[in-house]
Amino acid sequence: MIQLRNVAKWFDTKNGRVQAVDDVSLTIESGEIFGIIGYSGAGKSTLIRLLNRLESPSSGTIEVAGSELTKLSPKELRGVRKNVSMVFQHFNLLWSRTVAENISFPLELIGVPASERKRRVTELVELVGLAGREDSYPSQLSGGQKQRVGIARALATNPEVLLCDEATSALDPKTTDSILELLVDINKKLGLTIVLITHEMHVIQKICHRVAVMEAGKVVEIGQVADVFQHPEQPITKEFVKQIGAVDDMSLTFEHLKARYPSGQIVKLKFLNETAEQPILSDVLKTHDIGFNIIGGNVTQSQVGALGTLFIQLIGEPAEVERAIASIRSQAVEVEVENDVS
Amino acid sequence: MFPNVDWEIMLEETWQTIYMTLVAGGATFAFGLALGMILYVTNEPLMMKNRSIYTVVSAFVNVFRSIPFIILIILLIPFTKIVVGTILGSTAALPALIIGAAPFYARMVELALREIDRGVIEAAESMGATKWQIIYKVLFPEALPAIVSGITVTLVAIVGYTAMAGVVGGGGLGNLAFLDGFQRSRNDVTFVATVLILVIVFVIQFIGDRLVTRIDKRSA
Repeated sequence: MIQLRNVAKWFDTKNGRVQAVDDVSLTIESGEIFGIIGYSGAGKSTLIRLLNRLESPSSGTIEVAGSELTKLSPKELRGVRKNVSMVFQHFNLLWSRTVAENISFPLELIGVPASERKRRVTELVELVGLAGREDSYPSQLSGGQKQRVGIARALATNPEVLLCDEATSALDPKTTDSILELLVDINKKLGLTIVLITHEMHVIQKICHRVAVMEAGKVVEIGQVADVFQHPEQPITKEFVKQIGAVDDMSLTFEHLKARYPSGQIVKLKFLNETAEQPILSDVLKTHDIGFNIIGGNVTQSQVGALGTLFIQLIGEPAEVERAIASIRSQAVEVEVENDVS
Repeated sequence: MFPNVDWEIMLEETWQTIYMTLVAGGATFAFGLALGMILYVTNEPLMMKNRSIYTVVSAFVNVFRSIPFIILIILLIPFTKIVVGTILGSTAALPALIIGAAPFYARMVELALREIDRGVIEAAESMGATKWQIIYKVLFPEALPAIVSGITVTLVAIVGYTAMAGVVGGGGLGNLAFLDGFQRSRNDVTFVATVLILVIVFVIQFIGDRLVTRIDKRSA
């Protein structure tokens, strides 16, 4: 659906050249929710703005829904933009228009007749859960409601791609969740490709299928969300993974645990996908004569299922503990054995 | 109570003042809006930034905004003669009123447009809007409250200008107050003319404020 090849973007400022995007190549598949995470200044905002050509690349090629963006005439570009909608951090609604009129705006631009617009607005208001608020003005809405209007407006022209530019960054956590749920909902219902940028790992973990991590204009890591979560490679990725409390680099914690739990065997279980939903532990404990003690853990829900890490202390005959670990392993749960004191 | 006031003449001159204010105000609105829009779009990278057009229009606006009105009228006498055919009466005051007020209003329109969040313009652009669609579907409606309050202020200024125009041959209450009131030492005439001018100003301000409250949707 979207293909970037060796895309670079630099800005020439008074203080010299600023390289915002540095040789980025990536492919985003149709129907996926693709997240780009990075700190401010990493270039993610510029990158997403290249995808509807609010910025033009300095070099490289960008293909979106079959059109090579840099080769389009202004008229062709407007056609593509109808197909690639954007949702903004600060909503960017028209204050002078009601909810219904805001949603109707992109349809007016392309000359859709009034009766058709009205029908479409009714559908969209329903879809984003704003029924009854059609005649309110943006100033009368909460942040979450404003973003719902922004999303409805973006969907009005039946786009294939939805670009979310920090769409939840101005919202409180609870509202963020409800907006993310809405995005997943429309991704499933409409088969829309969603590209979102964020600095919150929570957002990636909750709704994305794949993620790219950006630092200093480059994509430093890219992959399935579950893989990146379980095996972050770059230091920056590890930082982001820590953000949501998914304990990864545990060396310090292990030192601590060894001191506190000198007996038994401490193991770290990594759950992924459906394994987290099955009673693996209780099955294993039933068939092996050992006791266990939960030390700590973190299991969260993501777009691909449950993800998480669990630390447990297994107490029993060393041989039996070994067998128990082997049988947990056979259930496709990753096990790391962290101490050998028994 | 007002021995020297001829109410028929007073009424007639009141109408002349209202006539000058409304006609000059209408033309000022049109020219000022156009000039202000040109100033804005030629200075905004998201629209049609054009350094040279902006510089020329901006200089023109600054020059005419800076000339004291009473001097502007005198400077424009030859121009008025060509356009209107006479330099006496209310209609003859119109060119000077418009040329004096439109640049003033143009700056207000430019400021009103600059208040618009650029994100909204980008949003429209991201939806495939043409520049022209951005102008009449985004810029104009979004800036409308400030555009209206700006024309209110400008109309009040125009009422003041009409009085000055009256002194140098224009019609209206200013002319009456000066010729009949001041030069013939009839203070009651000056007084009544002043009160009527105040009433006109208050009515303009009242209508303007009401309109702005109605169209301003920025606060809940």
